[in-house]
Amino acid sequence: MSFYNLYSAYNWDEVAACIQTKTEADVRVAIAKDKPGLEDFMALVSPAADALLEEMARKSYALTRQKFGKVMQLYIPLYLSNFCENRCVYCGFSNSNRLRRKVLLLDELEQEVSIIRQQPFKHILLVTGEAPVKAGTDYFIAVINQLKSSFSQISLEVQPLSTTEYELLVKQGLYGVYVYQETYNERRYSNYHPAGRKADFRYRLETPDRLGAAGVRKIGIGNLIGLEEWRTEAWFTALHLHYLRKKYWRSKYSISFPRLRPFTGEGFQPNYETTERNLTQLICAYRIFDHEVDLSLSTRERPMYRDNVMSLGITAMSAGSKTGPGGYSNGEALEQFAVNDNRSADMVADVIRCKGYEPVWKDWSMFLQMA
Amino acid sequence: MKPLIIADRTFSSRLFTGTGKFSSNRITAEAIRESGSQLVTVALKRVDLDAPHDDLLEHLKMPGLNLLPNTSGVRTAAEAVFAAQLAREALGTNWLKLEIHPDARYLLPDPVETLKATEELAKMGFVVLPYIHADPVLCKRLEDAGAAAVMPLGSPIGSNNGLLTRAFLRIIIEQSNVPVIVDAGIGAPSHAAEAMELGADAVLVNTAIASAVNPVSMAKAFKMAVEAGRAGYEAGLPALSRGNEASPTSPLTAFLSSL
Repeated sequence: MSFYNLYSAYNWDEVAACIQTKTEADVRVAIAKDKPGLEDFMALVSPAADALLEEMARKSYALTRQKFGKVMQLYIPLYLSNFCENRCVYCGFSNSNRLRRKVLLLDELEQEVSIIRQQPFKHILLVTGEAPVKAGTDYFIAVINQLKSSFSQISLEVQPLSTTEYELLVKQGLYGVYVYQETYNERRYSNYHPAGRKADFRYRLETPDRLGAAGVRKIGIGNLIGLEEWRTEAWFTALHLHYLRKKYWRSKYSISFPRLRPFTGEGFQPNYETTERNLTQLICAYRIFDHEVDLSLSTRERPMYRDNVMSLGITAMSAGSKTGPGGYSNGEALEQFAVNDNRSADMVADVIRCKGYEPVWKDWSMFLQMA
Repeated sequence: MKPLIIADRTFSSRLFTGTGKFSSNRITAEAIRESGSQLVTVALKRVDLDAPHDDLLEHLKMPGLNLLPNTSGVRTAAEAVFAAQLAREALGTNWLKLEIHPDARYLLPDPVETLKATEELAKMGFVVLPYIHADPVLCKRLEDAGAAAVMPLGSPIGSNNGLLTRAFLRIIIEQSNVPVIVDAGIGAPSHAAEAMELGADAVLVNTAIASAVNPVSMAKAFKMAVEAGRAGYEAGLPALSRGNEASPTSPLTAFLSSL
């Protein structure tokens, strides 16, 4: 039994309809509860909750401060490769895009690291497109071993792997894996993912099951906001988290909420617009639903929004990010998506301090998992 | 107040403190100074043992303050033992707060792995202070295994819920031959005072100080509460009335002498 079995018991349209029926009274009940359930979560992401956003923000703020304290984790992504066999219609790395492809050789990796090491980061997130032939498990092992002396926490955001491969990587020092479902709407999934291994909805959906079984310490889930209606996506994400918590209780969990924005020019336009106000509601809803989950905010969002929303539930932020391979050392534009917060890590850390929080660069020591 | 002795060290303060969740390392240091604490926990995952001058460790360099490294993050006895050896070498102390909590959400300790690790570490010469459930039998087993003290929880860590395990803490305190330090869940100075009145040897407080609006003032409040609770305990608390009935002032058995 995997999450797919549980997932299949629900109908997307029925969930969407149910969310629409929630009233302000339902939202008040959900906010007041110590431990809101999945039914309450529907109210928290419903249109009715918009009128109670201030109340949600207050609760989310208080819960986050009590559980996490006055700190903010910081991490930096490092793009290893933009090779990809998939054709995701929204992604800069899509196989159908004409783009110079590159996978970092180990000496090129060293150049990137030498620049990142000038900043205080100790948590690094390794990112690739999905091309196992160019960047597979053997390559990840080599990279992790090269980075061990420079970073205390190493996470991956790459193609889904097998349980055995994850186990192997954990032994090398891997801490966390982030894998986003993009959309939980199975019927519509193939519209966005027409080719490559990513076209297999179920294999991707069951990836967190494999991560839990392999003993990965932190599992990151989420969906790409803008493909489908965000409220229903959020509910399925919450369902996924709820399932994983009970089954793989040894792992920590993190939710991210990458958001597509409309832009002028050619290319993929989001089907559903999700405003910053909507995103704020979503962040607060996740926190009120799960007091311990990490909520991570990337540089896709603009500085003014990041600076203001960070205290309302966020526990981790990236900063100073480049989103293409070699981005730190040569600045060539091979990026997956445009960054909207171009400030340096130091500048972001200063803002965090001004808000009354301690920027935390280091929250893991690899020797704690090396027995 | 009687001094507290754990292993080979004597403490005049019975308030131990933690270093997580503070808004800056400077505030952490100020709060600890104000608390009068002589033993402070540091998470091995947070400090950089390779760095020559880790910022938190630099801030904790103050006279009379001892470091108590904790193994937060490990999930097994094997991981804890490995981490403990590195910590001893890097930090130059054989004291260890043993935390093994595979439960990633509520950070609840694993009694089986904790007992196993305590046995091994005590044999290796560590001064082991294990963080555990308020389980009286487990506490006796840990004592037998060589723990220098036991650290039962008052309620889930970070919850500020106070002494929800009160009934079990009473038994642990009654039976223990090693110091009992109530750890986790102490959310207000009154909770700390209550633990001391019950006869706990010390308390460990972190979230309640770090998350306070004014952590430095709160640290002082805890200092006073711990001292008051301990002084009350040493002065000999009268038994608490269990019901609503008043306690009669004239003897109930005086009639026996007139029979």
